[in-house]
Amino acid sequence: MVKDFSSEHPVGDVSPSQYKSEVRNLSFYYGSFSALKNINMMLHEKKVTALIGPSGCGKSTFLRCFNRMHDLYPGNRYMGDIILHPDNVNILSRSVDPIEVRMRISMVFQKPNPFPKSIYENVAYGLRVRGVRRRAILDEKVEDALRGAALWDEVKDRLHQLAYNLSGGQQQRLCIARALATDPEILLFDEPTSALDPIATASIEELIADLKDKVTILIVTHNMQQAARVSDYTAYMYLGEVIEFGVTDTIFIKPKNKQTEDYITGRFG
Amino acid sequence: MQFPVTARRSDNTPDSSTLGYNYRRHLSERFIEAMLFLTAFVSVAITLAIVVMLVTESLSFFKHVSLWEFLTDTQWTPLFDNAHYGILPLVSGTVVSSAVALLVAIPMGTITAIYLSEFAPFTVREMAKPFLELLGGVPTVVYGYFALLFVTPLLQKIFPELPGFSLLSAGLVMGIMIIPYVSSMAEDAMRAVPMHLREGSYAMGATRFQTAVRVVMPGAFSGIAAAYILGISRAVGETMVVAIAAGMQPNLTWNPMEPAATITAYIVQVSLGDLPHGSIGYQTIFAAGLTLLLITLVFNIIGHLLRKRFREVY
Repeated sequence: MVKDFSSEHPVGDVSPSQYKSEVRNLSFYYGSFSALKNINMMLHEKKVTALIGPSGCGKSTFLRCFNRMHDLYPGNRYMGDIILHPDNVNILSRSVDPIEVRMRISMVFQKPNPFPKSIYENVAYGLRVRGVRRRAILDEKVEDALRGAALWDEVKDRLHQLAYNLSGGQQQRLCIARALATDPEILLFDEPTSALDPIATASIEELIADLKDKVTILIVTHNMQQAARVSDYTAYMYLGEVIEFGVTDTIFIKPKNKQTEDYITGRFG
Repeated sequence: MQFPVTARRSDNTPDSSTLGYNYRRHLSERFIEAMLFLTAFVSVAITLAIVVMLVTESLSFFKHVSLWEFLTDTQWTPLFDNAHYGILPLVSGTVVSSAVALLVAIPMGTITAIYLSEFAPFTVREMAKPFLELLGGVPTVVYGYFALLFVTPLLQKIFPELPGFSLLSAGLVMGIMIIPYVSSMAEDAMRAVPMHLREGSYAMGATRFQTAVRVVMPGAFSGIAAAYILGISRAVGETMVVAIAAGMQPNLTWNPMEPAATITAYIVQVSLGDLPHGSIGYQTIFAAGLTLLLITLVFNIIGHLLRKRFREVY
């Protein structure tokens, strides 16, 4: 059963140029285990796309294909293409350097993972590894990123304190600032609020809503209300396949697939 | 959402009609606690006994020799007719040989740890670790003769003026000896850095080396510092290598190319001789030993402070 959602244009007339990325026939293997099976979908430019589905359905695996995180571990294998526009390159190609991919596609993890450095150095990290040394540039980028992550006002007087002194929600916003500092084209969120309390979660969701003016976002969440709140498009995944992909409102109000409906209404998963 | 509502009670526990104290259980628990305490106390007691012995014997030494003379005299000749009791020559020998050793052990140990923890494939690591442990398991007397009979002649080809006994040769070999201590502790500390920190770094486009140096090493700082402190303590306290390869003449020098005695080498030399119990020559051992203890204590305190300052909170 091959589902090809790339032929569907959920919101009226969308030309391919408005896709930030197209996934074509993507399969992924952990050793011999087939974790993703023939996925076809696209990320709309400057929109939020959510991946939902029960635990173990492959949403995080799929997300981590976008920044080639699987290359860090031996025995992993990609098949198919993830095309990044406007360059029209397949980021899974063997000739593509995963480090170059990660320089353009940033990621925010499930658990806040600030580095054992100061707040400033955490945000400057991506720039430093790219060789940026000029203090003026670093200062400016760090401030912009912290403002972008709605953290500047809270930390501007203690930029040189250890990042671990921040609260969990602040740490996660710091990680978002870190990801933003390098002006990524796509921002990947892997269940960014699952380790946070409801208030911190609300602030992160608000932030995601603000960020989509600047950057294309792909977010994995196991919280369906969150997907409904923050995303423009939603893909429902099950056992490594994308069962249904479309405009979030449609998926949540009138899903075409019975299985999607069961999951969304809580009868399954 | 519905949750199953079942009482959590294991069926084989009999319902006790009273909730009074079970004295038997209570007593055996107290007994175990007492045994554990005594066992733990043994090492503390021994440490205290050593300190008390060192201090009391040193006190009778300092009745004959002023602390000022001990700390400032530039000669250490307690067994000569014209006796001088200046600890400086022994301290300089200890400092120089340890410095040479640490110049070898800290960079090599750190690099080895980074390689094994961050770069080495599983099979390489599994093969390299036993060899490193073997290096740490070689008796120090073997290292001593390795320094005297192999390294010194080799060094003399490069520096023809190098004497047969030198701090350089002893220090280099001592450094090799300490590498496994530093590397295995530092590696453990680095591997304890959680994977999600590394992934965070890789996800920012960092290379393996950047991740190792900029994220993993700061994350493992306290463990790495502890490894260095352990290395320093080993170097300062090492006896056999310096006794064999560095010569046993106390010599106030900061030049590694010269022979000299360390505090430990002096203690060995004098302990082996037949000095009358209670003589001032005999008591010099304790004064030297106390000095050594204070030096290592200082490093342990530094290590402790560093650990407190940079405690890991991931």
